Amino acid sequence: MIPAPFDYVAAQSPAHAVDLLDSLGDDAKLLAGGHSLLPMMKLRLAVPAVLIDIGRLAELTGIRAEDGELVIGAATPHATVATSGLAQADAPLLAHSAGLVGDPQIRHRGTIGGSLAHADPAADLPMALLALGGSVDVLGQAGTRNVAAEDFFTGFFETSLKPGELVTAVRVPRRPGAAWGYQKFVRRANDWAIVGAAAIDGRIALANMGPTPLRARAAEQALADGAGAAEAAELAAEGTEPGEDVHADRGYRRHLARVLTRRALEHRT
Amino acid sequence: MQVELFVNGQPRSDDVEPRLLLVHYLREVCGLRAANVGCDTTSCGACTVLLNGTSVKSCTVLTVQANGQQVTTAEGLADDGRLHPVQAAFRQEHGLQCGFCTPGMVMAAVGLLSENPDPTEEEVREGLEGNFCRCTGYHNIVRAVLAAATGTAGTTRTAGTSATAADGERAEVGA
Repeated sequence: MIPAPFDYVAAQSPAHAVDLLDSLGDDAKLLAGGHSLLPMMKLRLAVPAVLIDIGRLAELTGIRAEDGELVIGAATPHATVATSGLAQADAPLLAHSAGLVGDPQIRHRGTIGGSLAHADPAADLPMALLALGGSVDVLGQAGTRNVAAEDFFTGFFETSLKPGELVTAVRVPRRPGAAWGYQKFVRRANDWAIVGAAAIDGRIALANMGPTPLRARAAEQALADGAGAAEAAELAAEGTEPGEDVHADRGYRRHLARVLTRRALEHRT
Repeated sequence: MQVELFVNGQPRSDDVEPRLLLVHYLREVCGLRAANVGCDTTSCGACTVLLNGTSVKSCTVLTVQANGQQVTTAEGLADDGRLHPVQAAFRQEHGLQCGFCTPGMVMAAVGLLSENPDPTEEEVREGLEGNFCRCTGYHNIVRAVLAAATGTAGTTRTAGTSATAADGERAEVGA
């Protein structure tokens, strides 16, 4: 399969990419690792007229500690996040999550910002960002704004990114030593989660239990009220309306959410 | 669009369409047919090559994304007629059946060993999770990667081969 023809521009800087987005409008798409976009282009699910390549901008790659946060450049590949000593020490849930995306070759190309902007509700990193209470830095013509994970994922493959904006960095709180758990239920190696659950410090996030990654708020409230892991996890699927597909019906997904949340609260990975 | 790549160490300059996938560039423009198009959906790994030394699936990389960079295919592994240790190990351990996945497996294994030179069997299996062998011949593939890692590839003479190099030396191609 070969994508439909398009023009290609390598952006010289994040600001240049924003200028190009502004002038080209809806015909343009950003390209970083391309591991979500190129498969969609092969299937004609996306037919952009222009690709703006931001994948090799040094300003968008790398991991650094900034006060209480870890700041990860949006074009940093999953493999870099997964193997970063800084991420493993200060945000081990994030490093673990990045190490579960796809397979080694995919992790060499796919990027953290691309995965978050793609906003697949079954994907690892949106769930991890929500569990960690992280945020994304977004650059547009009006300057930079910071969007909390709760406000970023707005629908099925939809985010609050406006036309002409790009994700420049991902921020997560540094929590060395905090106990965490991460559960991803798949039928095959390197697949997306049928259901996922991530827990840290009383926060619980679920993958593939609705159109966006979700907080399991009833279970979180139970924990705050003193419930144990097993008791709180019974409430993990409260208020969710997960989709149904060949892998799982709604009842089975709710069952998985409860079981995986319990395991995540028991700090299992 | 004009691109300049180093393919198996050789500088190239070609005029390509932006939509030309790296695997098609390698096969159809460079004439290097080791990387196969298997699933064409970033799943099977038959098209695995090294981009600046790390393994990638070349069916999901645009040639223009590789502009200015180093690409290594299975054709570029042998050094002056001597098999790369991973190639020698695949031959010694019979790490193939039909052979379709083999170039991708070998390149993924080379990439894996460059990141983790002394993997456990479990790490080899996880490290190759992006490569499918539809003959399901995984046991010998894993054995070959472990043999390459420990430098034991080529130390035993097996029927029909004359792989004799030990520990870092390389077996003669076709010897």
